[in-house]
Parts: sequence; structure tokens; C-alpha cells
Amino acid sequence: MYPSRFSYDAPTSVEEAVAILDQNGGEAKVLAGGQSLIPMLKLRFASPARVVDINGIPGLEYHSIDADGTLRIGALCRHEDLEFSTILGNFPTLAQAASLVADPIVRTRGTFVGSLCHADPQGDWSATMIALGGKIIAQGPNGRREIAASDFVLGPFVNALAFNEIAVEATVPPAKGKALGGYLKLERRVGDFATASVAVALDVDGDVVTRAGCALAGVGGRTIDANDAISVLVGKTLNEESIKEAAEAVAAAAEPRTDHRGSSSYKRHIVETFVTRILSNIANSEQKAA
Amino acid sequence: MTSLYDEVQAAPAAGVEVRRITVNVNGTDRTVDVEPRLLLAHLLRQALQLTGTHSGCDTSGCGACTVLMDGRPVKSCTVLAVQANGREVETVEGLATASELHPIQEGFKEEHGLQCGFCTPGMMISAKALLERNPDPTEDEVRWALSGNLCRCTGYQNIVKSVLWAAKKMREQNQEA
Repeated sequence: MYPSRFSYDAPTSVEEAVAILDQNGGEAKVLAGGQSLIPMLKLRFASPARVVDINGIPGLEYHSIDADGTLRIGALCRHEDLEFSTILGNFPTLAQAASLVADPIVRTRGTFVGSLCHADPQGDWSATMIALGGKIIAQGPNGRREIAASDFVLGPFVNALAFNEIAVEATVPPAKGKALGGYLKLERRVGDFATASVAVALDVDGDVVTRAGCALAGVGGRTIDANDAISVLVGKTLNEESIKEAAEAVAAAAEPRTDHRGSSSYKRHIVETFVTRILSNIANSEQKAA
Repeated sequence: MTSLYDEVQAAPAAGVEVRRITVNVNGTDRTVDVEPRLLLAHLLRQALQLTGTHSGCDTSGCGACTVLMDGRPVKSCTVLAVQANGREVETVEGLATASELHPIQEGFKEEHGLQCGFCTPGMMISAKALLERNPDPTEDEVRWALSGNLCRCTGYQNIVKSVLWAAKKMREQNQEA
């Protein structure tokens, strides 16, 4: 399968890349890791007139933590960089998701920020970012702006970027107190789309939850923002009762559809089970640590 | 059948963009003119006649076309040939020398790591990337590292054994050296 013909640019700065996008009025597409875009080009679901390859722009491969604890992930940070990262100790939700993204060969090439931009309803990273209250930094002709992860995905494969903007960075705020969390995903085999997956991120002070975040992938026409649902945990400690209440609330927020991966009720059950499992794991390991 | 590469070679149509790229393939610089839409897998197989890299699913799902680009495994059907410009690519043809097989190839021979052989080049390349990072992997780590490569004969058991055999042999060679 061959993609349709396109013109190819390999800019060496973000400014140059933005200028190319600006001049092409929506007919140009940014290529980062390419692990979603190139398959779409081959299937001709996408046939842009220009492809703007940002892999030659230096200084975007990083992921680093600021003095205040904010995590910054550059546009060319690959999934694999996060999978083998040694600095994600305060970001357990991300650390657990990293090795579950696609398959090992895709992870060498695909990028975190690119995955967010692709806005696949089954994407792992969008779910983690919504649960963590992360932001996307977009750069356009008039400079930079921040977009909250929960406002970034507008629908399936539709993000909030203007045609002449590039997502140059994603940021995740530090936890207030202790950061706890987890990510679980059910897939029929490695590399398949998720049947259902659940991202949970908690800030805990002592043993009281001060912030609770949750998002779901694979169980709706877009990434499901379940932050409101899991907020029943705020002000409480994790125990059998509060975990059950949270799991039921999150499962009710899912919008699964019956398909070849399972029935709607089965997927909802998986969501409830995964929330329970993540929260119970957290409660158990905290108990052991205490 | 007309391949994309043939089209590119035989005077591209007016207005069709062609890029001159130089890719180091298995240690040798190769310079070719390609359309930007040419995939790395097609560059290797059609333009450079290196048919050891197999095109399996063509939809980025199977891992048969895996090659190393700057030392990391990539699906060559999911990378544009122009993106390999100035980079080092290693294919399965780069494993053996004129006189001997690579330990990974030997492992696949010793442990019967292939049935139909179609997935084998991708398996061996993924294994090479694993063993370079982790010379002494557990069985689980081998399975995890190969989880992006599908074997439709479902002969995973012997593939895993082959990689473990190669890991042992390579460790012994390193000790002797």
C-alpha cells in the first residue's frame, strides 16, 4: 500500500515548521513518530498535500522535571523513553501506562505528544493526561498557548489545535502531597486497540485523598473524562466502601458500545473491576508502607 | 506489476517531487532518488533488492518488516524512506558475515526457531535490539521484547528458546573476548 503523493518538508526549527503549516492553510500535516499517521496515509484515510516532518528539529526529545515537580514532555519524546525512564517515580499513572502503549516496536518510534494529538478514543496517553490534569503547549504564528488535556480532545481524531499550531510540549503538574495512581488496560493481544482501559491518579495527604482524577479509553466515542465521577473519593480515605462507591460512579460514566471486543455491559464491568483493582492495589501498598 | 519505485525511476511525472537520500544500509552508503511517499520497506526490498526484510501485513501490525534504524527496531513499513536519510539501517542481511552466521541466526537453527520462516527476519532484528540492551534476559523479557512480532505458525515457544540460546552464546563469546 502506498500513500497518496505529498510534498515533504523537514524543517529544523519549530518556527519554520509553523510557518510551513501557516502557508499551507490546513493542507499540511505534522509528522512526528508517524505510528498513526503513516498507517493512515497508507490506508488513504489521510491524504495531506504536504507532510511536515518535525523529526529533524533538535531539542524536542526530552522529558524532564522542573524544580517545582512539573513534568515536561517534549514533542519528540518517544513512548520507549518513558517506558525506560528513571524519573517517573512521582508519576505512577504514566509509568504504568508506558509499557502498555501499542507494541515494543511502535514504542521506539511513536511519541507521547503525537499520540495526544492523534486523539484516538482508545489512546492510552490521552486518558492518563486527563486523569492527571495535564496540559498541552501549542505553538503557532503568534506564540504559545496552553490547552488543558480535558479540553484538548474534541472528538474522535479531532484535537483543539489550529491548522497552524504544533503541540510542542505536554506538562503534568506535581501532586499536592503524595502522588498515587495506576493504569490498567485489557487488550486481546499486544498492540490491539484497548477493549477497555482505566487511568487513575490521586493526590493523597496522609491517608486522605485531596484530588482524584480518572479517565477511560476504549469505552466511548472519545476519551471519557471521569474526573467528576471519581471525585467522590475527595476528602475520604481508601477503604472497601469508598472504593466501591468510586468504582460504581466511574463505571456509570463509561459509554461503551457492543462490538467484536465485547458487549457494552462486559466493558462497563471491566471498567468497574479495573477501578477497584487500581484503588485496592494503592490501598494495600500504602498499608504495607505504613 | 509496476512498483512505485519503478515509477519513480522511469522519469517521474511532471511536478512529482523526488528527493535524493543517502542511507547507510548494513555498513554501506546507498544513494537513491525517492518519492517522499516511498516507505522504507519498499526502498529496501525494491530499490536495494534486499528482500530479507519481509512485508507481512502492510498495515503496521505484524512486525515482519522490522529493521534497526540507528540501532532501534522500527517497522520499516511505517517509516518513510526519506526519514532514513543520513541514518544507519541494519537489515537481516547485515547479521551474518561471509564465513559465519550471527549467534541469533545460529540460535534459530539450533532450536528450530522457524517453521515457515516469514516472520523470522523481524524476530531476529527485534531479538538483536533486545540483546544489545539486555544481554541476559529472562524468558518473560524475551517474550515481552518480541510481543510486537507476530508468528502465524504460532511457533513462539521455539523462537523464545532460540533467542535465549543466542543470548547465552553471545555472553560466552563476550567472556572469551
